[in-house]
Amino acid sequence: MITRDLLVEILKNVADTIKENKELLTDLDAAIGDADHGINMNKGFKTVSEKLDTVKDKDCGTILKTVAMTLISTVGGASGPLYGTAFLKASMAVNGKMELDNEDIIKMFDEAIKGIVMRGKAQRGEKTMLDALIPAYEALKGSLEKGDDLSEAFIEAADAAKEGVEYTKTIKATKGRASYLGDRSIGHQDPGATSSYLILRTVANTLNQQED
Amino acid sequence: MIGIVVVSHSEKIAQGVVELCSQMGRENIKIEAAGGTGDGRIGTDAMKIMEAIKRADNGDGVLVLVDMGSAVMSTEVALELLDEDLRNKVLIADAPIVEGSIGAVVQASMGSSLEEVKSVAEQSKSMIKVKE
Repeated sequence: MITRDLLVEILKNVADTIKENKELLTDLDAAIGDADHGINMNKGFKTVSEKLDTVKDKDCGTILKTVAMTLISTVGGASGPLYGTAFLKASMAVNGKMELDNEDIIKMFDEAIKGIVMRGKAQRGEKTMLDALIPAYEALKGSLEKGDDLSEAFIEAADAAKEGVEYTKTIKATKGRASYLGDRSIGHQDPGATSSYLILRTVANTLNQQED
Repeated sequence: MIGIVVVSHSEKIAQGVVELCSQMGRENIKIEAAGGTGDGRIGTDAMKIMEAIKRADNGDGVLVLVDMGSAVMSTEVALELLDEDLRNKVLIADAPIVEGSIGAVVQASMGSSLEEVKSVAEQSKSMIKVKE
C-alpha cells in the first residue's frame, strides 16, 4: 500500500535523485544526443518538488497530474512530453484515491508505459526508456503475483530496469536524436533508460526505508 | 482564414520563420511563434504551443509546423490539452518548417481549407532547390 503522504515522499526523493545524477544523465546524453537530459530532468523535477507542497493534501490522482503538467511545461526536451504523458496516464488510473494498493500500482505502471508507447511511437528494443520500463513492469507484476510485498517487488523491478539499461548498450538507437548516429550509438547506454531506472530505484529505496 | 503556428526548439528559429513569412505581406494571416522553453532554453513547451494555437485561430483552424523530436510530441500534448472544438480544427504538417511555413502562409492567404494548406506545406518536402 502506498499512502498519499508516502507518494509525495517518493516523488520528492525522485527529484533529489535526479538532482544528484544531473551530470551523469547529461554526460550520457552528450555521447549520443543533445547533452541536455540531466539539465532538463533536473529543471522539471526541481519544479515538481516545489509544486508538490501545494497539492500534498489532495488525492493521489491530483498529485500525479500535477507532476505530469509540471513536467510537460518545464522539461523542454523529449523527456517532458514522454514522462509527462506517463504521469498523466498514471494519474487517470488512480483518480480520487487517497492510497494505492498493489492493483492500482500495476494499473498505473501499465498505463504509464502505454502512454509512452503512444507518445513516442516506440517499442522495446529501440534504445529508449521503454527498455528499462517494460522489463521493470513485468518484474513488478510477476513479483506481486507470486506474493512478494510491494517493497520487494520494486527491488525486482529496479533490478530488471538496471539490466534493461545494460541491454541498451548493446543495441542501436532508432528513435530520438541518438538515431542520427546509427551504429555509432552502440556501446553507449541510453540516458532515458537510465533516468527511468533511477526513478524506479528511488521508489524501491523509499519503500524499503519505510520498513526499517 | 487558417492560422499558422511555428514550433521550434529554438525561440530564435521560430521567430525568424515567422519574420520570414510575414515578409510575404499577408497581413490578414495570423502566424504565431512557439519556440524554446518558458525560461529561454533550447527545447519545446506544450503550454506555450497551446497558447500560440489559441492566438492563431480565428475560427477556421490552425496548421502547426514543427522542427523535430520533442517539437512533434509537445505539439501532440498541446492538442490533447485544447478544448475539443479547437482540437478538431488543428493539424500538424509533416514538412520542413521554413519552406513549409512559407508555402502554408501563401496558401492560407488565398482562403484555402486546413487540408489544402497542410497539403501545400507538405509538398515543400519534395521541392528541388539545386538542379544538377
